[in-house]
Parts: sequence; C-alpha cells; structure tokens
Amino acid sequence: MASLAVTANEIRKSIIKAVHSAKSGHPGGSLSAADIFTYLYFEEMNIDPKNPKDPNRDRFVLSKGHVAPGYYATLAERGYFPKEDLLTLRKIGSHLQGHPCIAHTPGVDMSSGSLGQGISAAVGMALAAKLRGDDYRVYTLLGDGEIQEGQVWEAAMFAGHRKLDNLVVIVDNNGLQIDGNVADVCSPYPIADKFKAFNFNVVEIDGHDFDQIADAFKAARECKGMPTAIIAKTIKGKGVSFMENQASWHGSAPNDEQTAIALKDLEQ
Amino acid sequence: MADVKKIATRESYGNALVELGKKHDNVVVLDADLAAATKTGVFKKAFPERHIDCGIAEANMVGIGAGLAAAGMVPFVSSFAMFAAGRAFEQVRNSVGYPHLNVKIGATHAGISVGEDGATHQCNEDIALMRTIPGMVVINPADDTEAKAAVQAAYEHDGPVYLRFGRLAAPVIFDPEDYKFEIGKGQVISEGTDVTIIATGLMVGNSIDAAKMLEEKGISAKVINMATIKPLDEELVIAAAKETGKVVTVEEHSVIGGLGSAVCDVLSEKCPTQVLKIGVNDEFGHSGPALDLIAEFGLDAKGIAEKVEAFVK
Repeated sequence: MASLAVTANEIRKSIIKAVHSAKSGHPGGSLSAADIFTYLYFEEMNIDPKNPKDPNRDRFVLSKGHVAPGYYATLAERGYFPKEDLLTLRKIGSHLQGHPCIAHTPGVDMSSGSLGQGISAAVGMALAAKLRGDDYRVYTLLGDGEIQEGQVWEAAMFAGHRKLDNLVVIVDNNGLQIDGNVADVCSPYPIADKFKAFNFNVVEIDGHDFDQIADAFKAARECKGMPTAIIAKTIKGKGVSFMENQASWHGSAPNDEQTAIALKDLEQ
Repeated sequence: MADVKKIATRESYGNALVELGKKHDNVVVLDADLAAATKTGVFKKAFPERHIDCGIAEANMVGIGAGLAAAGMVPFVSSFAMFAAGRAFEQVRNSVGYPHLNVKIGATHAGISVGEDGATHQCNEDIALMRTIPGMVVINPADDTEAKAAVQAAYEHDGPVYLRFGRLAAPVIFDPEDYKFEIGKGQVISEGTDVTIIATGLMVGNSIDAAKMLEEKGISAKVINMATIKPLDEELVIAAAKETGKVVTVEEHSVIGGLGSAVCDVLSEKCPTQVLKIGVNDEFGHSGPALDLIAEFGLDAKGIAEKVEAFVK
C-alpha cells in the first residue's frame, strides 16, 4: 500500500503541472480522486496499457469528466502515453482535450464531460458483458455534485433492476461543487441511502485510505446480484495545502508561485 | 390511392429489426416503455433477451446505447421522435455523436401525422436537431420498402444514424424487387420541366399525387424522393435546380432546419435558385385525425399542388 501512496503522490504532482501548463482545468476534484484513480489503474482493473482496446479489458468511464487532469495523469503514470504529454493539456493539437475523448486519448473508454451521462454509458458496457457472457468489469467515477443530475438516477434504477453486479459506481464525495457546499447548493444527502434504495450494494469509505479502498473493491467483487456503489469521503484539493476544502479550486489553475508551493507540499 | 397497400413505416422498422436480428447476434433493441407503439414489440417477441426495455428514461437509454456500442454491439435505440431527438438531444450529441459511436436511433411518431395526441407528441424539429450533429446520418424513409432498406443500410453503416418513421399508414410506393437504397442518394421518381419537387418521408406519396394534379393544369413537375437528408445528395439537387429553374421542398417537419433548409444551404452557395419550402410553418400542431391535420396544414396532395401552382406562375 505504501507504493500506491507514492504513485498517487506522483499523479498529484502531474495534475498540478498539467493544470499549471494549461492555465485552466480542474485541480480540486482531480486531487480528491487521485487515490481512487491510483487504486483502479494500479491494483483493481484488468488492463494492459500496451493493448488499450483489448475486448476483454475492464472498462472505466469518468462520468465526472472535468477531472480529466487526474485521469490523464493516471493513464500516463500507468504507461498509456508519455508523461510529457500532460504538459500539452487543453492546447491546440493535443490529444488531451479539456474533457475525455475516446477518439483522441489511448486508454479512454468513453467520451465524457457532460455530467450525468458517463454512468449511463458504463451501465451500457456492463449490460453488454451480461448479454454476451463476458466477464469484464466496469467502473465509473461520479462527483457528489454530479449526482444532482436526474440521469444518474435513471441509470442507477436500471443498473439495480438489471442486477448488474459487474458494475461499480464510485462517488467522489468531496463535499464541494462550483457554487459551494453540495449540502448548501442542493443537498444530495443521504447518498448511501439513495443508492441502497436503488438496489445497490453500498460501501462507505475514506477515499484516501488505501486499505479501505481495497476492501471496498473486494466487497464489490464478492457481491453477486447487485451493482455496488462506493461512497468515498474525500478532501477536495487533497495534498495541496491551499487547495484543500476550497470550492474556488474546483476549476482554476495555480500561477507559477502557487505551483511551486503545491509541488513543495507534495514533496513531503 | 384507395387500392394501394398501406403500411406505417414504424411497422416496417419493427419488421426490419426482426430480419436483422436473425442475421446478426450483435443487434440489440432498446425501448423506453413504447415497444407497442414503436413496433419493436415484434423484435422483443423474437429475441426477448436482446430487447432491453429501459423504462421511461430516454436520456439514460441513449447513454446505455452508447455503452453497448462502445462494447461492440449495434444498438437500435427506439422512442418517439420527440423524446429520442428532443428530450435526449444532448445525450445524442455528447454520448453518441461526439464519440462517433455506432448507435442507431429509431425515432417513430415524427411529424403532425401523430394525430390526436397533439402538439406535445408531434415532433416537427427532429431533422433540424439531428442534422446539426457532426457525423450523424439522417434518413426519413417514404414507405415500407424504403424503410426496411434504410434499417439494413443503417446497420451496415459504421457510425450514428437517425432513422425517422411515421405513425400513419403510408402507401407503398417502391417495389422491393427492383428498389435499391443507398445512404446519401436521392431518386428521381418522375421527370418534369417547369419545377422540381423534392419530397421526403410521408410527403413523397402526396407529392407524386400533387404532380399528377399539376400535370392536368399543364405544369410539368419533376419529383425527387430524398430519404437521406444528411448527407444530402447535392449533385442531384443542383442538377435538378439547373434543369427546372425552380425548386419546391416538401416535408412533414418545420420549414426551419429540415429538408427545405438543407436544400437551400446547398443551392444558395452552389446554384442560387428560387426555393419554396412547404412544411409545417413556425407553429405547433394540435389534436385531430392525422389525415385531417395533413390537409389542414396544406400537406395533402391538393395543398401541395396549390402552393406549387402559385409558385410556378
């Protein structure tokens, strides 16, 4: 687990460098999800960066597509493309679009970014596996603000109804959205009870504790006849002192000075 | 046309899906609680495990279709045009169009010929919406023969396709024995010299009849069936415009953004020509028997003939 923490820290540094280079992007939610990304791509998922289109691979859909910097940093760290590419984020000619695009980036299984849509695509992929008797698994990461979208619950109703136990929905519960606290803007709470009501197996964890993350994905594999929702309590901006728990870092880039401080924070 | 065989193109859609299902086990049909109306019920009966009822949740249904396509299946996502193209527009745009996934959208109950259900269900905007999405093919078949051929062509095409079908029984125009459908190709149904009538979908039969009425008045109208609205058969449109000078478009859709606009887009740039757009003007429909509505909106043969006559004179 110690090595996972080291990997996650490298991914966090890459997020800061990429967003700084782009002068825009979404660092807060990328940092909150970095440990989940790390566990998925370095432990949990059956994937091969050298064969990103393998039909038997596990799939991942980033439903909260705006945290593309976290996703791209993870894919680069895992070897899908060179880490230098991360500095081209959001620039003309780059394969790293502001939000994930299936046609451009190796390892991206679905275009996403319009909130609420990724989970439906993940459900469709899980359904395809069931229809054809394939044994791959499908993972999708949602924001806690994103679950205000009605489509999320259309998808959850369908997944529960169809007993898609090859589907894992992870909610990055960092508590903040653009306009402030999710609880103040339009409360999604209680999140766990909502997914339980939609016939999900629900696991609540600290999304920065790799032991708890590991146990949650293990519980998801063992659960038959129900999809699993992992509600991961996280800290928006995790690892960077001045970004932690600040909604203002949802979608803004650090300047040179702030980048230096952030990278120093992540050296410790 | 009392003795002509009539079949609603939504029926053709369901029947064509069954034939596709027999040949290809990657075909899967999605519906949103409207299988009885979209006529995918026959597919459900034949292949129950490959018919997925998503419940009344069209946005999610389109997304599931995207996921199925991303995993290598060929989903036909079915609902009324109002909900497939209207409610789920942004899902079609972002989850199907942008990733250019192999999703086929079977939209039934298009236009005012929905009839009694009224304006909430009469979609006159779907062609306009769908043709703005990059890479989307838009097909509006005229009859049973063409509709079945279009479903087959949509399956063979790699990429998203929007198929527009009607609720009302439509006369069978084309003989399946010698009919060939090709995406992006229109067909000249009859030659004429004074004006070209380019029609699509349910309006093809009415335009053929209108041309006969015009002939009796000494007006020679060329009639073209334009099933594929995108990509448009530009070559055929330009050649006809050069040949007859004046062009009329006829569609059971708003005059804003549909076939008429697509034809004007081409002609204004490549062959400036006077065009009369016949369709639903900038207004909503309302309840009533379908045929009465079509007559009221001036989309029956008589209404079309009157407008063309006035335009040509």
